[in-house]
Amino acid sequence: MPSADAGDALERREARLAWWLVTPALATILLVALFPLLWTLWESVHLHDLRMPWLGRPFIGAVNYAEALRDPRFWAALGHTAFFTAVSVTLELGLGLVLALAMNRATRGRTVIRAAVLVPWAIPTVVSALLWRFIFDDQAGIVNAVLSGVGLIRQPIVWFIHPDLAWVPVIVSDVWKTTPFVALLLLAGLQNIDSSLYEAARIDGASSWQQFRHVTLPLLKPAMLVALVFRTLDSVRVFDLVYVLTGGGPGTSTEPIALYTFNSLLQNLRFGYGSALSVITFVVSFALALGYLRLLGRDLTEARA
Amino acid sequence: MTRRKWSAAGVAVGVLILASAFPFYWAIVSSFTPEARLFQKPSLLPSGLVLDHYRTLFEQRGFWVPIRNSLIVAGSTTVFCVVVGSFCAYALARLRFRGKAPLLALILTVSMFPQIAIVSPLYLVLRALRLTNTYPGLILPDLTFATPLTVWLLVGFFRQLPVELEEAAMVDGASRLRIFWEVVVPVALPGLAATAILTFLYCWNEFLFALSFTLGPERQTVPVAIALFRGRYQVPWGQILAAAIVATAPVAALVLVFQRKIVQGLTAGAVKG
Repeated sequence: MPSADAGDALERREARLAWWLVTPALATILLVALFPLLWTLWESVHLHDLRMPWLGRPFIGAVNYAEALRDPRFWAALGHTAFFTAVSVTLELGLGLVLALAMNRATRGRTVIRAAVLVPWAIPTVVSALLWRFIFDDQAGIVNAVLSGVGLIRQPIVWFIHPDLAWVPVIVSDVWKTTPFVALLLLAGLQNIDSSLYEAARIDGASSWQQFRHVTLPLLKPAMLVALVFRTLDSVRVFDLVYVLTGGGPGTSTEPIALYTFNSLLQNLRFGYGSALSVITFVVSFALALGYLRLLGRDLTEARA
Repeated sequence: MTRRKWSAAGVAVGVLILASAFPFYWAIVSSFTPEARLFQKPSLLPSGLVLDHYRTLFEQRGFWVPIRNSLIVAGSTTVFCVVVGSFCAYALARLRFRGKAPLLALILTVSMFPQIAIVSPLYLVLRALRLTNTYPGLILPDLTFATPLTVWLLVGFFRQLPVELEEAAMVDGASRLRIFWEVVVPVALPGLAATAILTFLYCWNEFLFALSFTLGPERQTVPVAIALFRGRYQVPWGQILAAAIVATAPVAALVLVFQRKIVQGLTAGAVKG
């Protein structure tokens, strides 16, 4: 048996090796992610307009933030983001739960099901947005062809010039792409449930609804929360989908916060103001993530620690 | 299980498969349909298919340029992240040291960053270093999400490996590093492959950074090239859909071949197993 001192030395050696192994990845993360984030913060309290370089980069305190709070386009973008997140995440979790329950029962065709689930999730969002843009196209699109074929409409609907209707392709496309993924996460959760619990419930005379309500749902909660976190955080930063599908239009009526930030930065070249918007986006996501982590911290981080 | 319930589940699964497949079917058919007929009454059954759009895509649009760019950017990022990430993940999965829990929390937090939050400094840095519109200027930003992603996935894979092999090697007096190279890495190869595939997919699909940090067609990645497709008079749907199919094909092939491993990686990364 090694003495206590030798054990200590071994432990110290192990810890030192661990830090050597961790350092390259940690340094990368600090350099390419954390350092830029601090820089964004710094930019956000300065006036920095690439179109007016002669102004320099003076410190202006919270002026950019104050401008955001008075900016109707900012509030609208925040509202669009909240609307998109609420609607699409609700649909995705609801449909995903139904699909997961169905997939859990399917005994045949697992390979086909897995392919149907994975392929939409794995393709570039830009591609899925284009597929749906084509499907909803006013002239070549099959949606209008079907609607007029069954006699529901006489004139083709121009989906993308109507401020409310433009949301339909956006949400349909997002639901199509990500519901299968949600179903996959929930299916993994379902498969972790001990089947003897159902037997016990049956012996106690529980109906299938009662089994669902009192066995499945409570035990599926961790998986549901994980899916909720991932989907919410993804929706809050939605960019690719809207950029390709509607460009935020008509006008700015489907513009989410990430797209408005992008436009402020790279179209209007207002780096100070755009950075303030970036910080606000980050804070919103971070607050959501922290809130969720408190809800399910044990299920997520401590499973790994 | 009653007959009726089973068929309800069957219907749901059937709808899922049809709904997933239809947009692809429709895009494939349309990508082989001559432009003029795309705007006529759509028919579900294909007829008179042509290769025109694919020919234009490669011969006139030079679509192989964005494909090459995407392969270089996604490939380099993946190799770097899997190497660096596996060291880090092994330490996090197996070694005892103080600060492990905060480190995991940091990695998880960074993986949840909205990308837009760091576009402005990255743009300014890359511009100052004259790296916009270059490969390093595309690879460096991708590291922000790819590094935490690989670490997170690999910690999951390493945890699933049996400890006994390493313990046996340790009793034989092998050092931790040798154990890592000679015992862990060979056993973990399937997990490393799955992680590499997922990382590659994320980089292949990345859009916001590639859009922000390229200036012209010579360094555009596939998603940017497709998104910025323009025709002279109208939207060139035939070519756009052909490009979409070309962009999707490698991804779909990877996913179909490695589906079991990918599902394992994804769910291990998200659900306590």
